[in-house]
Amino acid sequence: MITKKDLEHIGWLSRLELSEEDREKYTPKLNSVLDYFGELDKADTGGVEPSYHVMPMSNVFREDVPIASLSQEEALSNAPKNQDGFIKAPRMM
Amino acid sequence: MYENPDGVMIGLEVHVQLNKLKTKVFCGCSTDYHNDPPNSHVCPVCLGLPGSLPVINRKAVEAAIKIGLALNCKVEEHTQFYRKNYYYPDLPKGFQITQYDFPISSGGYIMIEGEDGEHRVGITRAHMEEDPGRLVHEGTIDKSKYTLIDYNRSGMALIEIVSDPDMRSPKEARRYLDKLRNILEYLDIFDGDLEGALRVDANISIMGGQRAEIKNISSHKGAERALLFEIVRQKNVLRRGGVVVQETRHFDEAREITLSMRSKEEAHDYRYFPEPDLVPLKISGWAPAIKEMLPELPDARRMRFVEQYGIMDDHAKALTSERKVAIFYEEVAKIADPKISAVWICDVLKGELNYRDLTIEAFRKEDMLSVIELLMSKKITEDGAVDIIRTLLDKGGSPEEIVKEKGLLKVEGDIVSTAAEEAIKENPVAVSDFKAGKEKALNSLVGSVMKKTKGRADARAAREILLGKLG
Repeated sequence: MITKKDLEHIGWLSRLELSEEDREKYTPKLNSVLDYFGELDKADTGGVEPSYHVMPMSNVFREDVPIASLSQEEALSNAPKNQDGFIKAPRMM
Repeated sequence: MYENPDGVMIGLEVHVQLNKLKTKVFCGCSTDYHNDPPNSHVCPVCLGLPGSLPVINRKAVEAAIKIGLALNCKVEEHTQFYRKNYYYPDLPKGFQITQYDFPISSGGYIMIEGEDGEHRVGITRAHMEEDPGRLVHEGTIDKSKYTLIDYNRSGMALIEIVSDPDMRSPKEARRYLDKLRNILEYLDIFDGDLEGALRVDANISIMGGQRAEIKNISSHKGAERALLFEIVRQKNVLRRGGVVVQETRHFDEAREITLSMRSKEEAHDYRYFPEPDLVPLKISGWAPAIKEMLPELPDARRMRFVEQYGIMDDHAKALTSERKVAIFYEEVAKIADPKISAVWICDVLKGELNYRDLTIEAFRKEDMLSVIELLMSKKITEDGAVDIIRTLLDKGGSPEEIVKEKGLLKVEGDIVSTAAEEAIKENPVAVSDFKAGKEKALNSLVGSVMKKTKGRADARAAREILLGKLG
């Protein structure tokens, strides 16, 4: 059961500021998602090998050969702010 | 037996950057960025742009297996990657690709020189992950208004080596780090001299308290200092009747103290889940072939040196504690007498290098061979040989030139004999003291002979000659 406090914490982890209205709205929504997982949990999986990946594949590799990177100009083109070749972001603690 | 009176338990997490690979772990960006401008070695994958897909570097997996085997770990049958979610600007994607409950290798150990002799430190696991970007703050981290980000480092292959809490003192922690670095250098998978090549987090607790995790340690010496401080801090808390709580602390290198980080930052809730963009690896079958190709590691080389060259174990240990020194020694010992070479490299050269904060690269093996040759042919004294080594390090030149310039050629026996006679004549007190049984008085006479010959006499020979004349 997700409480409004849990929602606030999840919001904080994602750096989202949630208004009182958001919290009212999303708390029941997240709970219904969780309830659905409760339904899935009811399925009998005894004797079924756990699967960790959706594709039945393993061992896909790349050789250690360099390819061209983006130019600095291209790399910075999506950043709202930059300075001396660095991307400039608000300080986070 | 070391008693460990405070019940100190230290475990270390060491991040090793595989900076000898040509490309990053999940993309083909070059790793050769150390002298280049920021954000010039990046691509959609390591910038976390939408739609990009990571593909793992085969050589990074091989290096991870090498490390696992060198640390006596088991290479796991099934290994896979996870997303570790947290929002911080060093991660462009909002998560770090790392490993969780299926690391590539686990359950190993290394031997270190402990407080009471050989000590075993368990290796919990060694897993693969990607390096975050580098953050730069103008001024100090708490006063800066902005964070400047360079993603050149983002996506570099890292191996995180987690030890068991088996170290019982800061000194053992440092020895563990030295040994680990030495093993990694033997494997030739990273260059420890590059910035950020090896980074350490330390966990430490003492009896009666919980553990603190110390971050921001940037050197082996820093680790020792941070841990020393932390033991004193935790003991003081307990002495005052307080409680040592579990927390993350930041090492302030300049002040040599650790500071509590705000508790909100520790609210770790990484919500690990399997990385859907990378398929699992089943590579334990590679281990036997990689094991075959592993180079000789420090402990094995130490034993071989003792056996093959007949040198003392202490010398073998000192020679193998740095890969480059071991190579230097073997090249010298191939030509010169192995035992004499060991003595001069361990007991003299290493000390002179340490004193000057230099590495073995500062000295040419040809010069070492010349010095040993001059000594063996009795052309110079031991003091003269030390003088040559010091001069080579401080001013350069060649041993032969230095011998000539400084007049280091050993003087003939009759000159020593004359000097001895003079010394006896000029120091009647020392002579009578010696004759009265004060053996130490002989030292001042030897000193006098050395002074008269400007250090070019062989001290042992001077002693013999004096004894002959006094007897």
